[in-house]
Amino acid sequence: MQIDEGAAVGTSAPSKAVRDFEAGLVRRKVLVYVCQLAFGVFFLAFWQWASGRLIDPFFVSSPSAVFGKIYTWLLNGELVRHLSITLYATAIGFLIGSAIGFALGLLFGKFAFLAEVLDPYITALYSIPKLALAPLFIIWFGIGIESKIAVSASIVFFVVFLNTFSGVREVNPIYIHATQIMGASQWGVMRTVIIPSATAWVITGLKVSVPYALVGTVIGEFMSANRGIGFIIAQATGLFDTNSVFAGILILAVVGAIINGLLKVTEGWLLRWRS
Amino acid sequence: MPEAAIRIEQVDKRYVGRGREVVALDHVSLTIEEGEFVAFVGPSGCGKSTLLNMIAGIIPMTSGEIVHEGRQVASINRRVGYLTQADSVLPWRTVERNISLPLEYRGVPSTERQKRVEEMLALVDLRGFGKAFPKELSGGMRKRVALAQMLAYEPKTLLMDEPFGALDAQLKLVMQQQLLRIWQEHKKTIVFVTHDLAEAIALASRVVVFSGRPGRIKYIEQIDIPYPRDVFKVRFLPQFEAAYDNLWRELSPEIAKGEDL
Ligand SMILES: Nc1ncnc2c1ncn2[C@@H]1O[C@H](COP(=O)(O)OP(=O)(O)O)[C@@H](O)[C@H]1O
Ligand SMILES: [Mg+2]
Repeated sequence: MQIDEGAAVGTSAPSKAVRDFEAGLVRRKVLVYVCQLAFGVFFLAFWQWASGRLIDPFFVSSPSAVFGKIYTWLLNGELVRHLSITLYATAIGFLIGSAIGFALGLLFGKFAFLAEVLDPYITALYSIPKLALAPLFIIWFGIGIESKIAVSASIVFFVVFLNTFSGVREVNPIYIHATQIMGASQWGVMRTVIIPSATAWVITGLKVSVPYALVGTVIGEFMSANRGIGFIIAQATGLFDTNSVFAGILILAVVGAIINGLLKVTEGWLLRWRS
Repeated sequence: MPEAAIRIEQVDKRYVGRGREVVALDHVSLTIEEGEFVAFVGPSGCGKSTLLNMIAGIIPMTSGEIVHEGRQVASINRRVGYLTQADSVLPWRTVERNISLPLEYRGVPSTERQKRVEEMLALVDLRGFGKAFPKELSGGMRKRVALAQMLAYEPKTLLMDEPFGALDAQLKLVMQQQLLRIWQEHKKTIVFVTHDLAEAIALASRVVVFSGRPGRIKYIEQIDIPYPRDVFKVRFLPQFEAAYDNLWRELSPEIAKGEDL
């Protein structure tokens, strides 16, 4: 019995079979990475080759020109100047939207009657494409960073709010009763049961909403701004400068991928208790 | 006369749902003295868990009253320890953080909590599993975590709903012996639901037989085997056999009745 239980949580040394199995997993993972890299290299090579041979570089630019552009921006400080403002607006919008969404989600989750009364209104608000609010936010908050923050916050808010709300409703009442009997106060139940139990939902909401927050900021910058990656793309489009447009898009893609990667790691850690 | 630990007075419980009503308990009255070890047996669905839930104040009764330690139970009863039939160990906390949970709620300082957790892990034979998450444990091990969690804050009254059902036969004997020791040393009052008649007789000072739905108290057997008992050896005592015969005579028609339904 003891030996069985030891193996179940890996307290004893792994056997050969276990090591072989794990080595197999690692080999597969490495193969996936190699193929991913190969695909990327092939794609860039094809792009470089096709540009000027199959398609006019005026339309599709080329990897060398795009990376050259990014390199120039890196050297003259433009990259940091524009990227920092975009990231800053995204991060602040994300924080504001998720904080309000989380708080209201908890509140509505606890007051089922209120939630039921307001349900059609929430659904209606949710159905509005948030990007349609961007012009309104520019009127309210001006063309500065505040309007971009507002756009990304409003997008993040809804996703986090709805997910938190569902998460609270899904909490198993057995956990609530058991902890109350053990002496938990209202706040104790909130802290040790409701919030951790809703985390799985909330983190899913956050993961979905971060890319949207970035999109919200950039769209805001398209419409009116004098700084930011969205501004660069919009300005370059006006000048038919495809190299800069592609460079801006590439930067956004890389930033989005990095943020997603970080969130995935965070999620894995926060939800490590799940099977 | 001192107040009984638990006084159950004419308690009815009807579950009312859409278009149907289930009578779970029908006029149940029972007085449990302080320091008693009472076992409930009965066919499944006769309302044993329902009655424990009402003593714990989780669900309201339809009529009647329950008085625990002199206070009428009207809402969550924080003066009992309750080992529920369903798994109540929090999956997002490690074993040690689950066990320390009731101490956290009581504001016990962390060094003291740690010490207590170590004692409890030893008590339920889970040393070395403090850092494991519940998903890594078997059902029986999770039950023992819940037991350790309940004993950690030392409630005087313990409600236990089929706590050892998921354990293998030997570990079950070990845990039963531990429970008897704790009960005697700390003078606890225990209400213990089981479907194992031998377990009920080996542990309890009184065994209460419930009839099939609607649940009523059908029969009560006083077990006159003196404590301390050896949970393994009691089986060979003549009093054990006599009690078993009496209880089985009362219980078996109820179980058969349940199967007819
Ligand atoms: N929440 C509920 N709603 C409706 N009926 C219930 C509920 N809980 C239990 N019951 C019914 O009450 C009866 C007693 O259940 P329970 O107390 O769990 O029995 P036991 O623990 O003795 O097996 C059963 O018939 C069950 O179906
Ligand atoms: Mg039950």
